[in-house]
Amino acid sequence: MKPNDVILRTVTKFAVVIIFTFSIFLFLNGHHNPGGGFIGGLSTAAAIVLLTLCYDLETVRRTIPIDFKKLAAFGVLLAVGTGTLGPLFDLPFLTQAFGHIDLPVFGNTEWTTALLFDTGVAFAVIGTAVNIILTISEDESEWKR
Amino acid sequence: MMNNMLILPVVLPLVAGMFLVLFPKKILLQRAVSLLALILTGIFSVILLKDVKEQGIQTLQLGGWEAPFGISLVGDLFSILLVVTTSIVAICVLLYAFSSVGYEKETHYFYPLYLFLITGVLGSFLTGDLFNLYVFFEVFLIASYALIVLGGTRAQLRESLKYILINVVSSAFFLLGVAYLYSVTGTLNLAHLSVRVAEAGQDGLLTTISILFLIVFGLKAGLFLFFWLPGSYSVPPTAIAAIFAALLTKVGVYTAFRMFTLIFYHQPQITHQLIGILAAVTIILGIMGAVGFWNLKKILTYNVIISIGFIFIGLVSFTESGLSGSIYYLLHDIIIKAIIFLIGGVMIHLTGTSDLRSMSGLIRTHPSLGWMLFLAIFSMTGIPPLSGFIGKYFITKGIFEADSFLLGTIGLLSSLFILYSMMKIFMNAFWGETILGEDEEKGTTKGLILPIALLTAVSLALGIGAEVIYDYVAEAAQSLLDPEIYIRAVLK
Repeated sequence: MKPNDVILRTVTKFAVVIIFTFSIFLFLNGHHNPGGGFIGGLSTAAAIVLLTLCYDLETVRRTIPIDFKKLAAFGVLLAVGTGTLGPLFDLPFLTQAFGHIDLPVFGNTEWTTALLFDTGVAFAVIGTAVNIILTISEDESEWKR
Repeated sequence: MMNNMLILPVVLPLVAGMFLVLFPKKILLQRAVSLLALILTGIFSVILLKDVKEQGIQTLQLGGWEAPFGISLVGDLFSILLVVTTSIVAICVLLYAFSSVGYEKETHYFYPLYLFLITGVLGSFLTGDLFNLYVFFEVFLIASYALIVLGGTRAQLRESLKYILINVVSSAFFLLGVAYLYSVTGTLNLAHLSVRVAEAGQDGLLTTISILFLIVFGLKAGLFLFFWLPGSYSVPPTAIAAIFAALLTKVGVYTAFRMFTLIFYHQPQITHQLIGILAAVTIILGIMGAVGFWNLKKILTYNVIISIGFIFIGLVSFTESGLSGSIYYLLHDIIIKAIIFLIGGVMIHLTGTSDLRSMSGLIRTHPSLGWMLFLAIFSMTGIPPLSGFIGKYFITKGIFEADSFLLGTIGLLSSLFILYSMMKIFMNAFWGETILGEDEEKGTTKGLILPIALLTAVSLALGIGAEVIYDYVAEAAQSLLDPEIYIRAVLK
């Protein structure tokens, strides 16, 4: 018998949007306040896992056509890549820079290279976390004996 | 001295590995990039070695956060020597893996995992921060979990479960130790820890914490707590087993040396005494295993255990010659363990069995393999001028200077048993009637001999070029005995 999950599906449709938005807030909040790439990434991953729970793997794969292993690898490359900017200017590895800039809509905004680093962290965390969940939920091994 | 090059041995394999995750099916690219990354790592580590020798300890405060607040990378001679040796062995084992690992494993992230393992090992050698050390331990452990189970045979699954459990427990202890140490001293920078522990005096509490660390590193290095080691080192494919045997236990040895020379050196009558007892028991139990078994893989893994016990004797002596002997023997052992595991792997590959009693007469069909094993055996036993001799000589000299005659005698006698157990392999497998003709063999040695020959050449160079290398080793030992040098370099 198919379980009746109308309520779960309806709630998920709204909740996922809220979780995604909150993740982005957490991610951007991270520079001066609690939050950041790791937490933002984890909550994004949580939203994706919620989607797989209430729909199924195939639907999620189709709607988010990303290879999460590659996303994780790309994230680490991005994070390490920003770290190597320091040595280019003869500063220690992972040195970050920041400053202020006047943007048309947002007004005086702070820019940091740490944001790029954090984006990498977020990708790595999303990729790893979702990949672990998806791997566990698959039955078949793709390994040929 | 700030030196950005210190990050390269960590970042190069990491970036290469992550890049390769993006292209899992392109085997030629995988091979080329991983080889290139390791060769570059090797070149930069040799340049680093030159820098450290000429200008003293090199440091890098990551992100510009000054020690003890940020994370420091520290390269002193001890760690850089190990980095150089590790890169050499990593290159040779990688070459061996090219022609032995097989398509399935190669397309299932073998090369990225291998590179992450090397990242973790090199990072553990270079970091100057205790928590960062824990992180690098996890990096190479997680890579090793995946590598040990890659292929998924029944024996691999059984042993990997044990291996993961034991390492999760020891990592938990490690974290506990870090937490205790932080709550007592309020810092995790190794140099700063050394200062704080020296100021406060190493009381009972700190000594207890140090013993907790000894348990952790003992588990990783196979010092007395080695019950997990023979099983888990004999199941994975040869290339992986060789890199495990050559490197993973040695990281445990390195960190134990670092902790007990830099931080916990105030109560040697307790800690170093305990290490001495453990080392003696390790050697004796290792000998029993090595002499008793007739399984090639088992004999080789028990030989790993014997040498771990032997290296720790130098730490127990706590004299300059003892420590320099240990460092030299550590370098020698990384190379020689890779050699004998690779040779053992070829022998099993050829005969299709690891039971010595069903091998015979390989010398007729594979003379080069036999003679390289013969050289390796003599080197392990400590016949001059091969590389094992100098290490053994200085460790023994050191321990007799420290008046531990019993430990010295056990160490010396162990050589005889190593000789016996290894000659058992040589005589059974290489002497006697040739039972397998060239065409009856289960596999070919194509591409497998070159990496072994390269390693043998390095091992010979380590023995014959002892005069040059000993300069470096002696200086490394001196700086281990004088924590002031390390502290000044990091904290200024």
